[in-house]
Amino acid sequence: MQNDNQFRSKVRALTDFAATGLAILSTVLVVAPLVAIFIYLIYKGAVSLNWDFFTKVPKPVGEAGGGMANAIAGSAILLGLGSLIGIPIGIAGGIFLAEFGRGTRLANAIRFTADVLNGVPSIVMGIAIYSLVVVPQGHFSAFSGGVVLGIMMIPTVCRTTEEMLLMVPNSVREAALALGVPNWRSVLSITVRTASPGIITGCMLAFARVAGETAPLIFTAFGNSDWSARLNEPIAALPLQIYVYALSPYDEWHRLAWAGALVLIILIVLAVSLVRYVTSRGVLKGAS
Amino acid sequence: MGVGIEVSTLNAWYGTNHTLQDINLQIPANHATALIGPSGCGKSTFVRCLNRMHETNPIARVTGTVRIGDLDIYADAKPVEIRRRVGMVFQRPNPFPTMSIYDNVAAGLKLNGYSNRHALDEIVEKSLKNSALWDEVKDDLKKKSGASLSGGQQQRLCIARALAVDPEVLLMDEPASALDPVSTAKIEDLIFQLKSQYTIVIVTHNMQQAARVAEKTGFFLNGRMVEFDFTHKIFTNPTDKRTEDYITGRFG
Repeated sequence: MQNDNQFRSKVRALTDFAATGLAILSTVLVVAPLVAIFIYLIYKGAVSLNWDFFTKVPKPVGEAGGGMANAIAGSAILLGLGSLIGIPIGIAGGIFLAEFGRGTRLANAIRFTADVLNGVPSIVMGIAIYSLVVVPQGHFSAFSGGVVLGIMMIPTVCRTTEEMLLMVPNSVREAALALGVPNWRSVLSITVRTASPGIITGCMLAFARVAGETAPLIFTAFGNSDWSARLNEPIAALPLQIYVYALSPYDEWHRLAWAGALVLIILIVLAVSLVRYVTSRGVLKGAS
Repeated sequence: MGVGIEVSTLNAWYGTNHTLQDINLQIPANHATALIGPSGCGKSTFVRCLNRMHETNPIARVTGTVRIGDLDIYADAKPVEIRRRVGMVFQRPNPFPTMSIYDNVAAGLKLNGYSNRHALDEIVEKSLKNSALWDEVKDDLKKKSGASLSGGQQQRLCIARALAVDPEVLLMDEPASALDPVSTAKIEDLIFQLKSQYTIVIVTHNMQQAARVAEKTGFFLNGRMVEFDFTHKIFTNPTDKRTEDYITGRFG
């Protein structure tokens, strides 16, 4: 009997050891590609990073130097415009799905549409916006680029907003209603507020995803080798610039493409961290 | 001050399930009234009919009349107006998790557009004192979240939140069933103090609790009210055989 117990506890200890080991191994496997990509980007791109990269526009072929300042600014404008379009519509849609339209036919249709939209290849999105915005306008534009990025953000924002709202316990909704707060007010001030950390994460996810999109911008923002801040003109974007430079036959441009990729990743990480920092400052101790 | 409640031929359904059948009773003002009965007997549904929270469930339906003071709540007023006059405390403490202690208490007023800061400070302090929580939280009012308090403190915070909108009636749906004995005793003390100012209706599974805090007690069974009388009469000399069986522990 004694031996039997000892044997069992040994088996348990071994099983525990194996399970912990597997979990650690899986974690490493998940993080490894990310770290590898980052290290490789630093290795390839860091040498070409200098002050000029952030302050100068690209030089013509054959001249050394030049930077991607216009592409960085262009990406910021495109992503800003995309967020302005995608985040409010996505959040509003998510609120409708979770709070007002629950179980209705309209809600099911919207949910289905959002899921399909999420699966549409980005190049198809580009072509669609090309024919809906660029062709009627008669020229490529920053505006059309912002629209395509915004539309691509909608399904992610919408569905994460819905899921985060559904995670808010019903008791919180009841608490607000029992105080005599009208339903719409309770939704906006209590439920959405309670779910806001998750909703912000969803927005950041959508933002980071479209920040690296290249294909849809080929037919819309088009790219620009000089400064432009006008919404009705073609505009440069980091992923586009990286794409063009990487496919070029010049070594100098290849190096700049690596640097551009590194900067793109760093800027995405910075933007996401900044939003997280700003939005977490108001959160109180002890709040989940 | 509290007001009396007069319920006549109240019926309630969830879908096709007839959960309350022909309830008639008169709840006295400024007293605590306890509702007891086995799980699923309809007592929670009954209190939810008193502030029209029942209606937040789309498949729910109610007929009959409920008068709170001189207000016929199903005929004369909108649910939001009634809920401001009839506060509610739930079984599990449900503070707003992202709000500070202060904001939790002020929520009912703020969300209804009340914005006089000075007056809000006073109301928050008064409500927390009335719920016997003030001394424990006065230094962390705006620093700590409502969710960071212990379960018993959270429940008293929820009581303060309900009191802040200055209701006439306070409904309590098993307010101590998720709490430890010490916290339970504090809630019971609180009910004792509050009933001089508010009409309190408390649902409870704990018969000693009913005996301790309530002047009158109603016994519910299978969606009907079997007996309603003075608490000591219910517990010592019930009229109905079923009440006697329940309080002596023969079922439920």
